[in-house]
Amino acid sequence: MKEETTMNNWKNFTKGFIKENPVLVMLLGCCPTLGTTTSAINGLSMGLATTFVLVCSNIVISLIKNLIPDKVRIPSYIVVIASFVTVIDLLMQAYLPGIYETLGLFIPLIVVNCIVLGRAEAFASKNGVWASCVDGLGMGLGYALALMILGAVREVLGSLSIFGWQFIQADGILVFVLAPGAFFGLAYFIAVVRRFNK
Amino acid sequence: MAYILIIISAMLVNNIVLAQFLGICPFLGVSSKVKTAVGMGSAVLFVMTLATIVTWLVQTYILNPLGIQFMQTVAFILIIAALVQMVEIILKKISPSLYQALGIFLPLITTNCAILGVAILVGNGTYNSMGLDATSLLPAIVFAIGTALGFMLALVIFAGIREHLAKLPIPEGMKGVPAALVVAGILALAFMGFSGLV
Repeated sequence: MKEETTMNNWKNFTKGFIKENPVLVMLLGCCPTLGTTTSAINGLSMGLATTFVLVCSNIVISLIKNLIPDKVRIPSYIVVIASFVTVIDLLMQAYLPGIYETLGLFIPLIVVNCIVLGRAEAFASKNGVWASCVDGLGMGLGYALALMILGAVREVLGSLSIFGWQFIQADGILVFVLAPGAFFGLAYFIAVVRRFNK
Repeated sequence: MAYILIIISAMLVNNIVLAQFLGICPFLGVSSKVKTAVGMGSAVLFVMTLATIVTWLVQTYILNPLGIQFMQTVAFILIIAALVQMVEIILKKISPSLYQALGIFLPLITTNCAILGVAILVGNGTYNSMGLDATSLLPAIVFAIGTALGFMLALVIFAGIREHLAKLPIPEGMKGVPAALVVAGILALAFMGFSGLV
């Protein structure tokens, strides 16, 4: 029995990376994916901020799921999520002002990221605390990984650097760090992941 | 004159979908037919204008005087959710025909990050107001209308292209969303041509 739950937890954790990756397979949370992946660092920090909100809101919602009347559950979830978004917003403003500045509007907008509300409704409202925490962590890290890879690809092609380290002193293909490059990058990323998921 | 410039800037130069990456979900979700795109666009125009007015009033007369700006995210998302619900109920009573046209799009709008995004930009006064006072109401309303028109424009053009896209032979892995994202990328390239306009 104990072994079985460990297996389940491991499955809950890993499904977010490839098989049920929130952005690449389920196509949730596309706005920050396109908007913040101008570099690997930006993508990673956006992903980690979302992970924080996802884990915290999943834990709290799985704890209070029996107290909330069914009719008002969505507004209640939104209040929980919005509170944690405010927490991460203030934390980043205080300790990571540089990254906060570049991510800008997308930090408060985590509250309308479909992934967070989606996991609350589909998983945390039906499962225990530990499982919900693991699910949030797996989904969040899968999201962060996808954002980091997309950001790294755009950074390499667009400005010939990776994590801020310029490996060739020249101009890259500028269009990849601009708006169209985000759409092209995500399109081919999804197509590649589909190929491997078959 | 400045008001016209705000509209042009919000609608074409800084198009909310193709340059700011907000509201991507409805952009990809409900844009396979021109008719539904117009419906969704009008619903967004209606709610965005209304939400901007209400959140501006709350920001100016409640959050700022009390010094609780950190409650912005929580307050705005609740206001928008309540507002959408109210608009739905009122429309159903006073104009069934309009409700028929916009009704199915209204629930989707709560999680449309474009609405919350514009509300936050207006609340913080950080949008491009072309020299007018960004913290007063009229430029804010004009900005909201311009942004919503830009959303509708992008949605309708995109839907027109996608209607034709459905008839073309597309490789298996690129079918659906990846192909749509490539189209969006090309559209974003086209919209970059407006960048020197204002």
